[in-house]
Amino acid sequence: MSHYSLLQLARHSLNGHVGWTPAWRSSGLKERYDAVVIGGGGHGCATAYYLAKEHGLTNTAVIEKGWIGGGNAGRNTTIIRSNYLYDASAAIYDHAMQLWKTLGRELNFNVMMSHRGVINLAHDDNEMRQLKRRVEANRLNGVDAEWLDARQVQEYCPIISISPDARYPVLGGTLQRSGGVNRHDAVVWGYARAASALGVDIIENCEVTGLEVQGRDIVGLRTTRGDITCPKVASVAAGHTSVIAKMADIRLPIESHPLQALVSEPVKPIHNCVVMSNAVHAYCSQSDKGELVIGAGIDPHISYTQRGAFPIIEETLAAILELFPIFSRLKLMRHWGGIVDVCPDASPIISKTPVRGFYINAGWGTGGWKATPGSGQVFADLVANDEPNKIAAPFSLDRFTSGRLVAEHGAAAVAH
Amino acid sequence: MFLIPCPFCGPRDQSEFSYGGEAHIARPTEPEALSDEDWANFVFMRSNPKGVFAERWHHTAGCGKWFNVLRNTATDEVLASYKTGEPPPAVAGFQLATPSGEPPIGSGNDGTKVVP
Repeated sequence: MSHYSLLQLARHSLNGHVGWTPAWRSSGLKERYDAVVIGGGGHGCATAYYLAKEHGLTNTAVIEKGWIGGGNAGRNTTIIRSNYLYDASAAIYDHAMQLWKTLGRELNFNVMMSHRGVINLAHDDNEMRQLKRRVEANRLNGVDAEWLDARQVQEYCPIISISPDARYPVLGGTLQRSGGVNRHDAVVWGYARAASALGVDIIENCEVTGLEVQGRDIVGLRTTRGDITCPKVASVAAGHTSVIAKMADIRLPIESHPLQALVSEPVKPIHNCVVMSNAVHAYCSQSDKGELVIGAGIDPHISYTQRGAFPIIEETLAAILELFPIFSRLKLMRHWGGIVDVCPDASPIISKTPVRGFYINAGWGTGGWKATPGSGQVFADLVANDEPNKIAAPFSLDRFTSGRLVAEHGAAAVAH
Repeated sequence: MFLIPCPFCGPRDQSEFSYGGEAHIARPTEPEALSDEDWANFVFMRSNPKGVFAERWHHTAGCGKWFNVLRNTATDEVLASYKTGEPPPAVAGFQLATPSGEPPIGSGNDGTKVVP
């Protein structure tokens, strides 16, 4: 793997950019691995990277049904924040936040991390009280958070309407200054490239068709490109997690829903931060290309189609226009859906399973992107040591039996 | 976006309905005898299949009645609707397609199979 640098960029630009080599090795499937990661999205590639880098498991493969970055990694709205209410959530999301800060340097790949600040708006007295409580809870957990009144919200984000005549007027909001956005492709490509450089095989266009379980142990898996023998299988399959788990006769508390997002035509820089609103349900930021990136809520029904219904979009855009009347003439350019794996308590599952050697990282629902590096690192730790570390432990599967849920539905700062 | 055939009103736009999740999850008849695992299974665990799925819908903006629908979650194709309390009708004979018409690979992809 060649090192990316300004010097190298200059050298290649003089040669007309014809000398760039692929970012990761193309590998054939081997018959035996020490560990296999199912799913080549952000979390999957990160898992493989940390398995190789921190645990020496370099004889690892990432099996991806489509192409790297073609699933939810390429479909999310890239919002990064860690202002969750509960200690367990704050621990994992803020762990990820700390990793984001230096990820570009670590991977030698510009992930375009922009800590531009995330505002969560309050539109009524109850919401104000809740969000203020969350600010204090965040501060106790070392997560940067502050409360802004309506005027301060508008100072931070000048284009927002704080008119008291609005149907749901902006009364204030929380600000996490370290929050922001980054570049989804760069993150997943950066992890794949760095993992590949450590010896991990990145296998694309390879669908898992079955898991080999003998007694209570996993011994391998079947794929459309051949069978693999391996003692550890780590599933990071997002919306298809239930499908994979079913191959080992494991039932999960996960439901897969379409989640839609859309971008406008590109315009000059106008929106300087990320604005999210729970009550009217909208979130919006501006990409470096100039498009407004807008996210909707999930469609209520279970579906694997990566398509949602139009009324959801209509509702989201109505909310966006109420917050930002200035966008009323913008045209929309693209609109898509992804399949999100929603857990009943809106918290992820990072867990061992009843099948020894089979591990699951799933249930991130509508907000997994922000956790990518932290999720990959603690999951790699679990896969390598067969025991969850302190950060991963609260997210084990047995919390649905014990009742010790991490119920972030009300506190996750955006409706699900 | 799809049309839902309400057994009482006929086919109507999806936006007239509210969703009720997986159908045929029977409430435990002896709740005091249930173990924690059984409770977890009843309250939280779901089949979430990629393929034929029996689910509940409520005709909120219509007759106000609950009923069940069989739908292929891989394509959103609605296969049948039936009244609450009735068993799901047999859908054998339906040729289920994958969204892009891809070949039926992958044992987990029930969208390519008719499951009872």
